[in-house]
Amino acid sequence: MSQLTSWIFAGALGLSALAATTFAQAEEIELLNASYDPTRELYQAYNPLFSHWYREQTGDNVTIEQSHGGSGKQARSVIDGLPADVVTLALGYDIDAIADRTGKIPEAWQSALPHNSAPYTSTIVFLVRKGNPKHIQDWDDLTKDGIEVITPNPKTSGGARWNFLAAWIYVLKEQLGDLSKLDDPRYADEISAAQAAARQFVGDLYRHVPVLDSGARGATNTFVQRGIGDVLLAWENEAFLATEELGEGQFDIVVPSVSVVAEPPVAVVEGNVENKGEAAERAARAYLEHLYSPEAQALVAANYYRPVDPEAASKEDLARFPELELHTVDEVFGSWREAQATYFDDGGVFDKIYQP
Amino acid sequence: MNSTTHRQIVARQQADETPLVRYLLSLLAMAIIGLFLILPLVAVLVEAFRDGWQAYMTAITDRYTRHAIGLTLFTALICVPLNTLFGVAAAWCIARFDFPGRSLLTTLIDLPFSVSPVIAGLVFILIFGAQGWFDGWFAANGFPILFALPGIVLATMFVTLPFVARELIPLMQQQGAEQEEAAIMLGASPWQMWWTITLPRIKWGLLYGVILCNARAMGEFGAVSVVSGHIRGSTNTLPLHVEILYNEYQFSAAFAVATLLAGLAIVTLIAKSIVEWRQQRQWESASS
Repeated sequence: MSQLTSWIFAGALGLSALAATTFAQAEEIELLNASYDPTRELYQAYNPLFSHWYREQTGDNVTIEQSHGGSGKQARSVIDGLPADVVTLALGYDIDAIADRTGKIPEAWQSALPHNSAPYTSTIVFLVRKGNPKHIQDWDDLTKDGIEVITPNPKTSGGARWNFLAAWIYVLKEQLGDLSKLDDPRYADEISAAQAAARQFVGDLYRHVPVLDSGARGATNTFVQRGIGDVLLAWENEAFLATEELGEGQFDIVVPSVSVVAEPPVAVVEGNVENKGEAAERAARAYLEHLYSPEAQALVAANYYRPVDPEAASKEDLARFPELELHTVDEVFGSWREAQATYFDDGGVFDKIYQP
Repeated sequence: MNSTTHRQIVARQQADETPLVRYLLSLLAMAIIGLFLILPLVAVLVEAFRDGWQAYMTAITDRYTRHAIGLTLFTALICVPLNTLFGVAAAWCIARFDFPGRSLLTTLIDLPFSVSPVIAGLVFILIFGAQGWFDGWFAANGFPILFALPGIVLATMFVTLPFVARELIPLMQQQGAEQEEAAIMLGASPWQMWWTITLPRIKWGLLYGVILCNARAMGEFGAVSVVSGHIRGSTNTLPLHVEILYNEYQFSAAFAVATLLAGLAIVTLIAKSIVEWRQQRQWESASS
């Protein structure tokens, strides 16, 4: 309400909004966290934890506002001027995009924090209806006749891009046997055959997709609430949330043989937060750094994300995460920038294989 | 047309149909209305109270919900008077004067009806966005337009622009200018003419337009969604808040907040019927 009333105030007196909002007392700090879809519950839990801790440390009162949406869409909003102070998005490329187009994030943002600035990871698993009636065990079952696959649109959703790349990794692994061959020029022929097979398979996969939602949460709702499709390609955390909190006993998680390490990274939008003064800049940095603290890592695990530092997490939370063969994007595709340019930019592989 | 003869014609046409056809047709109409209007309304109410009265009250008195209500009302409070002013002025110009570009103006007023609201939102992004025409000048100078209240107001103004004007133009054209001319000839000042002749004759049509304009201003989703940034407790209007709650798996809370919008719709409907009825009576007494 405070901003609204300050707006009324500003409008009535013909003052600028600046006067009403940013010259407030220094120890009252408001930060905006622009995040992607499935982190809603995580940050709902983390924000009070951080505010409490930060107040004890510094005496400053930090209020964090949240904005959620498909990761690509959120990046676009920040580029268009959404005044986010920190971004916590689904994949590195979306933060690169903000850095490239606005200069508000330093180019080397990924080295600002440990673990490539990803304080938690996840992976891509399958969510199927109770009892797995269509007997879906691994990626190759997804393209069988009569299977409907739910996955969002890779153009707008970060999760969808992880899904796409995870499927791609599966085929390369099946074809090559060992993914380290990718870096070896001696296997050039074998690699190009494997890439062609992957393209074929992923193209087939998208022919089994009846609806492309714009974000991961929309896709989950399509599968869970509207009952469309036989299998949802989902963030592991999103799949857990659906099985344990939404429709208990209605869904099963199927863990494929191979998947991708999804690293959702975080960064301070320096170009935005610096307008709010030094206290806010310090708070924004601390907000992201504190994600790596033991208490936050425990919270991360409780919210179904894989903590990068599992020490402090409860044993029960950790036991939920299945073990499977995981590969990173850097390992298979070089980097997110390359993967984005090859597969998801206009005219890229996705545009060529997806014909609705 | 004289309304008594009109009614007679309708009555005669009805008599020509066999009773069976009449019943079947009314049954069909009722079924369609039930399916498309009543059923969703019932569903909203059932879902809203699924977790009980307590949960309903918690949902609609939540801090973020209250803020969303405040923002929605405030936006309507700015947009509706401005669009009313514009609507009256535009209708006056178009109905009373002949000038070059008159029909162009009439067509332009309809533009927001024919443009998808999402496109309207994107246009504002193109103009005021950090990468847009003004290069983010407004935000850099402490007056952010996008992802803040002004953007929401602009987008809402755009989509609700035609309502009042559209209502008044045909009404004022039909009424003609004779009475106003007579008033001026008899020495009335323009203000006297406006308050004693024009306004009383258009008041019900005006009110009707204002009600529709208000309903749309409070319910607008598409255009506002594009420019809002979805910041809870800051730029989140009621319709956007419903979406956020739904996406957070708080289904009954989402529907609870949706009942507020449904309530607004029902109030609008009732107000609209009353106004229509008064308007009808005014026409009848004027034409008899």
